[in-house]
Amino acid sequence: MTQYMISVWHDDNYGDLDLDDPDTQRMFKQVSDLNAEMERAGVWVFGAGLKSASSATVVRSTGGDVSMTDGPYAETKEQMGGFWIIEAPHLDAALEWAGKAAAACEGPVEVRPADG
Amino acid sequence: MVEPLEDVFRREFGRCTATLIRVLGDVDLAEDAVAEAFAIASKRWPTDGTPQNPGGWITTTARNRALDRLRRESKRTDRYIAASRIDGNDVTPEHDPVRDDLDGLVEVISDDQLRLMFLCCHPALSADSQVALTLRLLGGLDVGEIARAFIVPEPTIAQRIVRAKRKLRDNNAPYRIPRAAELPDRLRFVLAAISLIYTEGHTATGGDDLTRSDLCAEAIRLARLLVDLMPDEAEATGLLALLILTDARRAARTADDGSLVRLADQNRSKWDRDLIAEGLDLVRACLRRNQPGPFQIQAAIAAVHADAQRYEDTDWGQILALYDHLHLLRPDSVTSLNRAVAIGEASGPVAGLEALRTIDPNRVEEYQPYHAARADLLVRSGRIEESIEAYERAIALTENQKERQFLERQLETARGDRSDDR
Repeated sequence: MTQYMISVWHDDNYGDLDLDDPDTQRMFKQVSDLNAEMERAGVWVFGAGLKSASSATVVRSTGGDVSMTDGPYAETKEQMGGFWIIEAPHLDAALEWAGKAAAACEGPVEVRPADG
Repeated sequence: MVEPLEDVFRREFGRCTATLIRVLGDVDLAEDAVAEAFAIASKRWPTDGTPQNPGGWITTTARNRALDRLRRESKRTDRYIAASRIDGNDVTPEHDPVRDDLDGLVEVISDDQLRLMFLCCHPALSADSQVALTLRLLGGLDVGEIARAFIVPEPTIAQRIVRAKRKLRDNNAPYRIPRAAELPDRLRFVLAAISLIYTEGHTATGGDDLTRSDLCAEAIRLARLLVDLMPDEAEATGLLALLILTDARRAARTADDGSLVRLADQNRSKWDRDLIAEGLDLVRACLRRNQPGPFQIQAAIAAVHADAQRYEDTDWGQILALYDHLHLLRPDSVTSLNRAVAIGEASGPVAGLEALRTIDPNRVEEYQPYHAARADLLVRSGRIEESIEAYERAIALTENQKERQFLERQLETARGDRSDDR
């Protein structure tokens, strides 16, 4: 078994989610259905949606000094909006779950194996 | 008659490597073991004689060498146990390959090569990596050979292969044949990689050799293997038919001085009639299945060309109908361009130029065949000045020496036409 992170990527122009928006409600429903399916299949390890990238703080440790700056760390247009950790027998199985994740989130996802 | 070791190598390397990957569960280990077995063969066979079943000998020797090495380096056993992991579907957790009777495992399963094709052409890898890995593991080409064929520095190919193998290992990519539901998607990548290998051999993007016959031969060998292993996949048969029908014209594609001869000017008596007959049979077999796909349609187009005794006899109406069909399945600029060329033949150069206008110029700005085709249509429409510009653009985009010389001759002819007008 290998653990994989399935991360969800957005153009970082989303603010706080509008829970009354039917689009948001539909995606929430899709994601929660997928979570349930992952748990039934025994692949779900963890998963979370994240607040927007502007809510991030970067922390560095240099020679014992800890400094903090306004985030996010990666100054790119695309930012991670959430992720799952799943446990799957092999890459092809993980990619199949990733396909479902992309459909549920209505956006691209990235699959990366955990080291070890 | 004794078969040269080189021929055994070409035929058996991929098969042995594919089996050893399944048995050992590790690509690098399998590759090293097979290389070692061939090295032993090159010393022993000249004196002991070539064994009855050379492939079986290589596989067994490679297996034994790998086992010796695993026993020597005990920590490698971890990787060995990992065999069961890589083998995903077929191996139960209780399965212990060290304890098991390995003779059973070494028995050649023809599916092994299919697994290896799907592994090498995994969509998680870039197209370049898929091609390099396929040529390395299934074709047995070494890094230097692949680098020379693609006119890429050797370290680039070496790094590409190392990274691809690492990515497959890090991701725990399974050694399996995709299930029916995944198959159409996954097969596409295998077909594309084989097609790329042939295309590279057929018209090298750079360098002096117009054809790199080794790559062409290897692509056809892989396509044949794929059809043997997946006889029900119409697109695999379509790809094989396309490659065979294209290859049948290879001898006519170059003149005695090595220069490029276009289809219209080819000496058709140089076409390989046996290959054409085989290709036409394959196309008919595809059509009977009635599951059309891009490779089958391209093969059918090649078949119409092969059917014409002279260029003037070409059934352009049928070719155009096939391009229309292809364009529905794959509406990209390359298809649009070929369709416009067919219109230029079927209905004249003005209609051909009209059809070219449907292509977004930004998408083909750097695409040499577009400028070459446009130049030809412009000349034939009598728009000489514009054709000269288009030829110049095409020449600037050509890296292949033979193609450049051909376009330069066309350009000279166009310039000649211009001075005649004055």
